[in-house]
Amino acid sequence: MTTIPPALPAPEHVASHAPNDAAERERLGYVRPPDWRNPTPPARYDLLIVGGGTTGLVAAHAAAALGKKVALVERRLLGGNCLNIGCIPSKALIRTSRLYAEMRDAQRYGAQVPADIRVDFAAVMERMRNIRARLSRTVSAHDLAAAGIDVFFGAGHFVGPAELQVGDATLRFSKALIATGGRPDTPQIPGLDAAGYYTNATVFDLTMLPPRLLVIGGGPLGCEMAQAFCRFGAQTSIVQHWPLFLPREERDAAQILSDAFARDGLEVRLNTKVVDVRVENGEKLVDLVSDDYHSTIATDAILSGTGRLPSVEGLGLEAAGVAHDHHRGVHVDDFLCTSNANIYAAGDVCLDEMFNDTAEASAHIAVRNALGESQERFSELSIPWCTYTDPEIAHVGLYVRQARERGIPVKTFTVLMHDIDRAVLDSEEAGFVKIHVREGTDHILGATIVARHAGELISEITLAMVAGVGLRTLSRVMHPYPTQGEAINRAAEACLRSLGPRDDTTL
Amino acid sequence: MTQPDAALALDDDALLDRLQRAAFEYFVREYNPANGLVADTNRDGAPCSIAVVGFALSAYVVGVERGWMTRADALARSLSTLRFFRDSDQSGAPFATGYKGFYYHFLDMHSGVRVWQSELSMIDTALLLAGALTVASYFNASTDDETELRAVANFLYQRVDWHWAQDGQPTLRQGWKPECGFLNYGWDGYNEGLVLYALALGSPTHPIQLSHYAAWTATYQWENLYDIDFLYAGPLFIHQFSHAWIDFRGIRDDFMREKRCDYFENSRRATEVQREYARRNPHGFRGYGEDCWGLTACDGPSDAVQGATNEPRRLFGYAARGVPYGPDDGTLSGWAALASLPFAPQVTMRAARHMLQRYPEMWPDEQYASSFNPSLAAENCAAWVSPGHYGLDQGIVLMMIENHRTELFWRLLRTCPVIRTGLQRAGFRDGWLSA
Repeated sequence: MTTIPPALPAPEHVASHAPNDAAERERLGYVRPPDWRNPTPPARYDLLIVGGGTTGLVAAHAAAALGKKVALVERRLLGGNCLNIGCIPSKALIRTSRLYAEMRDAQRYGAQVPADIRVDFAAVMERMRNIRARLSRTVSAHDLAAAGIDVFFGAGHFVGPAELQVGDATLRFSKALIATGGRPDTPQIPGLDAAGYYTNATVFDLTMLPPRLLVIGGGPLGCEMAQAFCRFGAQTSIVQHWPLFLPREERDAAQILSDAFARDGLEVRLNTKVVDVRVENGEKLVDLVSDDYHSTIATDAILSGTGRLPSVEGLGLEAAGVAHDHHRGVHVDDFLCTSNANIYAAGDVCLDEMFNDTAEASAHIAVRNALGESQERFSELSIPWCTYTDPEIAHVGLYVRQARERGIPVKTFTVLMHDIDRAVLDSEEAGFVKIHVREGTDHILGATIVARHAGELISEITLAMVAGVGLRTLSRVMHPYPTQGEAINRAAEACLRSLGPRDDTTL
Repeated sequence: MTQPDAALALDDDALLDRLQRAAFEYFVREYNPANGLVADTNRDGAPCSIAVVGFALSAYVVGVERGWMTRADALARSLSTLRFFRDSDQSGAPFATGYKGFYYHFLDMHSGVRVWQSELSMIDTALLLAGALTVASYFNASTDDETELRAVANFLYQRVDWHWAQDGQPTLRQGWKPECGFLNYGWDGYNEGLVLYALALGSPTHPIQLSHYAAWTATYQWENLYDIDFLYAGPLFIHQFSHAWIDFRGIRDDFMREKRCDYFENSRRATEVQREYARRNPHGFRGYGEDCWGLTACDGPSDAVQGATNEPRRLFGYAARGVPYGPDDGTLSGWAALASLPFAPQVTMRAARHMLQRYPEMWPDEQYASSFNPSLAAENCAAWVSPGHYGLDQGIVLMMIENHRTELFWRLLRTCPVIRTGLQRAGFRDGWLSA
């Protein structure tokens, strides 16, 4: 006789502080059904997946499509960071913030600035919750079960090289995939914990706009949210330890972003450390040091956007024989296999590139490799990414510095967006397309695009790189006129003029 | 006839002579005979800038050559300056003058101690030493004073601990302060540091290595922009400062060999990029055109409100303006355009004449103002003009005109052993280095 496990209570850390409105109830109904009962496990799973974020979900569907018996174990909410506390809520906010920025900047478009621009922050967040709930339909626990995937909610931990414990259940597996993602990396600053602060895990629960906001960290999350909250009307400061924002990106891109922030009225503190936080008379006082310059900013709220760490705690990785550390996460080889030959990892828990698209791509590789369908290398991926500031900053492939460090002679074809008709028409002239090729050839090494819609534009370059198409060939790709994609065509034409029309220099 | 009109009526050589002489006068006037220091600007209470002192030392040589200053006066001024630095407090204390052979960026004009809590500046020290080596190369007689001058210049140069200035990193740091140590500036990419690296590599006492130079050039960006291939740097002064002293025509390091170019040709191309940017004028600023350009590090108008935060900014005050990525707020520097004279004489002269004719207000007292901004015109339609004059601007104009006319500094520094050694250690070959 099969015993039906009881419905699981929602653990404390699953509880959201967002309003318990219809949208939130809908979302939780999909990503953590309140009446969910974990299934009874079979003797052994073909593939057991730990983590139900993007990586885990993609992997589960991919393995199930191959006819494998799959278990998916999720500690909190299906959909992971991206759906619940990452890309989706943040981009929803960014869209509304852009609208407010355009309203204030209406004169630039020959339009009247509305007489009374009031930001209804509650409405902004309600829209975000509605969108999040709508998009959560695609990650329904019930749909996963209907697809033959056993979904377990609860904190799973390995108890051996081929066993994982979830609550009272012991799940045995032939292969496993660790896909537990990452968590906010909060800085160790005296007084910060006591003063209180938001991270991406909590900031989307806000219902009221803080009058003043200080953002710690000039990485993608910090930059995106600082600009958005500034445009909502919060008096926003951003403090960045490094001399430029987005240290990984080309300095020209970061320079354009700094200028954009200045025009938005963001208080920018580059090359500055937060050294102490205290609360006096109800306001948070944040002490800063830039070289030898000491200053204090008073604020109502603090957002920590200093990056993310892989989630490896509490997984019992030692019992499974999986090598890992707290900074790099799970150690994997180029095939995404861990030190346990039957356990693979994918996504943020093991990769430097903590992007949703990379999580998906790595999930496919790991599943195919784990199940013996193929032997694919992660390093062969061309990984694009984008920071959704205004303008956006997108990149794929090598940076010039990386190419030069590898001894590759590199040349960059640059086209300014202010030379592109559609960008001028749309008053979206800030930015550029830079395409890096091996000197003397049209072999594309990488590209950076800074533009209002850079994230859309970069895909053409990614396609060319994946398909092995040389830059000159892109000059033959017609682009509808007028579109901002013409910038890529212009760079390709410049390459053609520089090299001549012959194709034997592609490689 | 107004001053600019009278000047513009002159032929090119006479006009250049007048522009050069006017720039020279800055160094005559802003000099403290008690210690040889020279003011950063002619604004009230301005401190000394050590880089401006380097330009001043070089200016004295021009003064002698052109009969604007006696050799004895130039020698006395140079000696006074070098003796001051030789005897200055090198303890690195907050109110010293220097440390490890480097000097604080800004010094009190009278006491010579650090002011404005400024940084110990590697590049500005290099510009000062370039001036010191210039006078050491020029004053080559065997008199007691000229012998002493050469000895002091050599002492100052050999005292510099370039290796220390790396702070264990692959490349040279930009600055250091006693309060916090080395500064956390990102100083990557091509910049005005060629002369700095040449000096650091040429040192017989504390040299850096070729690998360190290679680590710097690894941060270069070679770009095709407006169909022009060039080593990118946005502000124009970056393409000029090292060229004031060193003749880069025909000599090439590994990077330039790879690109089949040289740094001189690169500066010509950078000048073309500036012109093209101004012709396109993407932000629609008033005045910009193929004969009106010069975006560089300079003073400029500011809309910053004292004590206010979170105010949208459109004007950037003192900033390193550059093309094509900005910042660009409509502010141009006439001196920066003219300082490209050796690289592109025809287009530069045309621009110099156009800007003097159209915006005579940016040439107050016959010396270039740091900048002007035609988009911020006053009621009388005159452009906004930066008040006073900056020594760096006068220095680069004076030296680049001289190089264009006689190649004086290039000839002098070709004979300087440390420059030759430094360039060779950086991998430069061919051209005059083969001789």
